This record gives sequence, structure tokens and C-alpha cells, in this order.
Amino acid sequence: MADLEAPQSKSRDLDKLLLRAGNLVGPDFYPGTEVKALISQLSIVSSSFSDFVIRLLSLRVLVVGAGGLGCELLKDLALSGFRNLDVIDMDRIEVTNLNRQFLFRLEDVGKPKAEIAAKRVMERVSGVEIVPHFSRIEDKELEFYNNFNIIALGLDSIEARRYINGVACGFLEYDEDDTPRRETIKPMVDGGTEGFKGHARVIVPGVTPCFECTIWLFPPQVKFPLCTLAETPRNAAHCIEYAHLIKWHEVHGGKSFDPDEPEHMKWVYDEAVKRAELFGIPGVTYSLTQGVVKNIIPAIASTNAIISAACALETLKIVSGCSKTLANYLTYNGGEGLHTKVTEFVRDKDCLVCGPGILIELDTSVTLQKFIDMLEEHPKLLLSKASVKHGKDSLYMQAPPVLEEMHRPNLSKSLYDLMGRVQKDTVHVFGTALKNEEKQSSLTKLRVVFKGADGVADMDTAIGA
Amino acid sequence: MIGLFKVKEKQREQAQNANRGGASVKKQSAGELRLHKDISELNLPSSCAISFPNGKDDLMNFEVSIKPDDGYYHNGTFVFTFQVSPVYPHEAPKVKCKTKVYHPNIDLEGNVCLNILREDWKPVLNINTVIYGLFHLFTEPNSEDPLNHEAAQVLRDNPKLFETNVRRAMTGGYVGQTFFPRCI
Repeated sequence: MADLEAPQSKSRDLDKLLLRAGNLVGPDFYPGTEVKALISQLSIVSSSFSDFVIRLLSLRVLVVGAGGLGCELLKDLALSGFRNLDVIDMDRIEVTNLNRQFLFRLEDVGKPKAEIAAKRVMERVSGVEIVPHFSRIEDKELEFYNNFNIIALGLDSIEARRYINGVACGFLEYDEDDTPRRETIKPMVDGGTEGFKGHARVIVPGVTPCFECTIWLFPPQVKFPLCTLAETPRNAAHCIEYAHLIKWHEVHGGKSFDPDEPEHMKWVYDEAVKRAELFGIPGVTYSLTQGVVKNIIPAIASTNAIISAACALETLKIVSGCSKTLANYLTYNGGEGLHTKVTEFVRDKDCLVCGPGILIELDTSVTLQKFIDMLEEHPKLLLSKASVKHGKDSLYMQAPPVLEEMHRPNLSKSLYDLMGRVQKDTVHVFGTALKNEEKQSSLTKLRVVFKGADGVADMDTAIGA
Repeated sequence: MIGLFKVKEKQREQAQNANRGGASVKKQSAGELRLHKDISELNLPSSCAISFPNGKDDLMNFEVSIKPDDGYYHNGTFVFTFQVSPVYPHEAPKVKCKTKVYHPNIDLEGNVCLNILREDWKPVLNINTVIYGLFHLFTEPNSEDPLNHEAAQVLRDNPKLFETNVRRAMTGGYVGQTFFPRCI
């Protein structure tokens, strides 16, 4: 395999990680040229390669977002030797992206980010295959996400992270003793930046905390009281929000405001200027208007580069085992001096998204009513007056009366039918639970398995290595 | 960690097959789950009622009608629309008043000035607390936080006139230049 040796200059830094053993390497790490095949430009899969290398070569990574972080991530992963990448982004390139989203040029404005980003990286890095998806993340089938070994996130919203986290954790399955099954784990590497601040985190569902486990750590968004906007504006942002939230509806009635419509933005800006003049407030500019209305925090290219590098390195570590992964949340602050810190977040064992939930085995004939009665008797639940939800469908609601009435016909149907005749799936139940002799409001995840249903009846068949 | 990829292809396929049934179910958001719980635990006074214009499959958009049993707005019926985002409870529900009302804290477009809907929203709050907050606006209209400037001024300077104006608006009529449809 001597011919695998690439010129030293090109992969020197990767060689240090992949060709040498070390004290921090994972238990399954085999240093050497086989791992290096991952980073080589070879397109032949030799029969002499071990399963290990073939797996690395067929590894697929999804990059979510092709913006400031996404551009960096794609480039970093490609240069680290990842050969099969997909990138998904619903946006088109805007002229204001060009200062930091370096894969884009002026003539690309208006084109889909994912497509141009994929094209540019493939032009510059030989051997890499990048499939672009110009699409909303919610519009892809859930199975689409199951095609990837790792999902790297370069997103800018809690909502999108929460969605992908839910999807990835949805693939996770647990054994009967509540240990996660390795083959169903879909690791995520999440990056985020705001100005000079950023974070990188590794989420291994079932092993490290998922996004939902720690969602309460997010600071609340700053919102101004409406009456302040209407009566006592004190700064430029108050004037802009007045025009955006109050004046727009007063003048345009039912027409909803579209922040991506330049005419709408100009109108809000003009109104904000008038208001600022009225109250003698300085500082309303067009770019501040955009910033306040779209909640934009200026993006700094170097922060993106640093966070992306951390994310790409973590992705490489998860794949190769060449070192321990970040445990599990890195914060970076380059605003005043430079400060980075790694914090180990802990899992919420009762997390409704990544937690194992409580395993319940049922006959396919059990009706919803019977199931609800069983929850009251179940020693781990003692849940009375339970409402039941399966995916997007609510199967039963105890209250309010209008909803109870709408769901009542379900009670006599079999749960198996109501859940679409699947052999096993997750449901959520909520109601009043008896804990330490006290009644408490409770929301719990259940893994329902139907005995004797079609398909794989035995939970154990998919386990083992 | 490479162990993640060591499982034989066959087992991987099996896992996928077993999972397929579940995966075809539309993904719910964690916010939706919390909202359903909030709704099932509503504990409303008889003067408040909730309804779901889009039926049982859309609980993220609903209406709450409030019929104050005391104070200036006694016997009026005021309908609020609630829009709950998937990010709930990280973000407050968006609440608008559908009924045109002469009120210091609600403007003529239906914007509501209630602290817990904006600057003081916390994820520990819930739909019940918001409804009680709205209810409170009718028993204790507040001239300090005006959204309808004129109404606030009248309430502050001449409560008797304010009472007359509220009555006139609720029975369907003009207050100044503005017409209010009947809501009693």
C-alpha cells in the first residue's frame, strides 16, 4: 500500500492524526495507511481493503445549511478526505452573503446556495462527490436522513436544530434493558455562531445529551413590550419595531409582512425614520432595520472558520476513532481576548426525544380504552386520566370537553390499528401520575411493541455483531 | 466510535425495515407535544372557552373567548386567536384579539399589551397562564401601559366617561370616530 502515500505537504496534518497511535484514541482505532485511504484521492476500492476502510469510503455525511458555517464545513470536510457529502439548504444566494460565504461569487446571486456550494467545492477538491439538495429540511422524507452516517449542522435557528435533532433521535432504538442499539445511533455535530461567539457540540443520541435535553439553557429572546413601542420609544430599535409590528398592520390590514421582500423592508424603514424624527431619536438606518426585523446578528467570517474547523475535526474523530470526541459542548468567545471552554452537559434521562421511554408490550387486540386503563395500573407510570399522542396524531385527549368529544370514537378502536399497524413505535402519554403519594402532572414517552404483529416479532433479531 | 459502522449490512437493513413503519408517521415537534399537554391540563373559569376552528388535527391554532363576569367589560364576549409555533414554549404564543374592543391595552388592530406575551414570557408559563392574563386585562384595564392611547387617557382622567364609552362600544356604536361592532 505504499502507493497510497500522498505527498507529505497535502495531508501532513491529517497524517499526524491518522497514521500514529496515541493515548487518546478510541478502542477501535487502527492507525495506518488503511485509515488514510479515507483521506487519499484513490477512487479504486481494492479487494485487499478491510471492511473498515470500505466502510469509511462508503461513509455518507450530510451537511445541513450552506450559509456561513455550511460553506466552511463543506470545504473542511472535503479537504479532510470525506468523499461522499450531501448538502441541504432552502435559501438562494444574496449579495450580502458574499463577504463571508466564500464559495459564492457575484454572478451566483439568486442561485440556490446548496447547488453552488457543492459545485465550487467539487471544482477545487478532486475525488469528492457532493450532492446538493435545494429544499426545506422539513420537506425531505424521514428516510432521507437515515441514509447518512453523520449529520453536521451549520444552522442559525433553534427551530431547525430542534427539527433535525428530533429526526435523528427518531431513528434511535433501545434494547429491552434500555441500552441504545449502536446501529441505530445517528451522531450529529452541531456548530453555531453569533458575532464573535460560537459553539461546537457533539450529539450522540442515546449516549450524550441531545438538543432537547438542554434546550432550557437558551436565553430567552429579547422582546420589547408593545406599549413601550406604541407610547414611549427610547431607541432606534423601538422605532423600527413600532413600524414593523404595529404600523404595518394598521396600514396594510391583513397583508402579512415578508422580511425577504425589499419593498416591505423599505416601507418599515421609512416609517421608522418618521417615528424616530417625531421623538428625536437618532440611529435608524436601513441595515439596522434589517437587523432588528430579521433578528440578525452580524456574522464574522473568522468565527465561522474556527467553529467549522472544530466541527469538521469532531466529525473526523467520530468516523476514524483517531481521538476522543469533544465531551461534549465547546464554547468559543473571541470578542474580548479569546476564551474557549468545554463543558460536559448531562443527559436528561426522561428526555421525551432521546430517552428510552418505558417499554410496553401489548396484544394487537388491545383497545385504546384498555390501554389507557393499563397505564393507571402500570407500576412505573400510575398514570390516571391519560391522553395519548402518536407522532402528529393525537389519539385521545381527556380535556377540554370539545376535544374529548372529537377523540372519543377512538376509544373502542384497537391501538394497533390507530398506530397504523406498525410492529413497534413511540407514543407519548400525559396525565396525572402518582409519585411518592403525590399527584403530579406528567408527560412520558412509551415504546409500544405489539406481540405477534407482522414483521420482526422478536426484539432481539436486529441486535448482535 | 467506529463501532457505529461495524454492524453488518444485513442487520442494518433489518433495523431500517423495522423502523420504516414508525418513520412514515409525520414528525411531531417537541413543542407540539408540550402544547397538547398544556391544553389537556387547562383549568379555565366558566367565563372562558376554547375552540379549535381547524378541528382536532390542528391544535397549534385555536381561539379563546372570554366573557368577563365583572368590571367595565361585564357580559361582553371577546375572542382571541392563538398561534403557537413549533418552538413553543421557547417562544410565547402569538395572541391577537379578534373582537374590536375599546380598551387601553388592546389596539384597534387586535394587538395586545400583556407582559407575559412578550418581554416577560418564560417557558415555565403555559397557555393557562396566558388566558388568565388576558382575563385580567378585562377586570383590571391598565392605563399605565397604553396601546390605545385615547382609551387610556380617558380611563386615567375620567373613569365615568370611560365606563360609558366601553358600554357604547360593546353595544355596537361609535366612540369618537371609531365604530365598534356589538359584542354583548
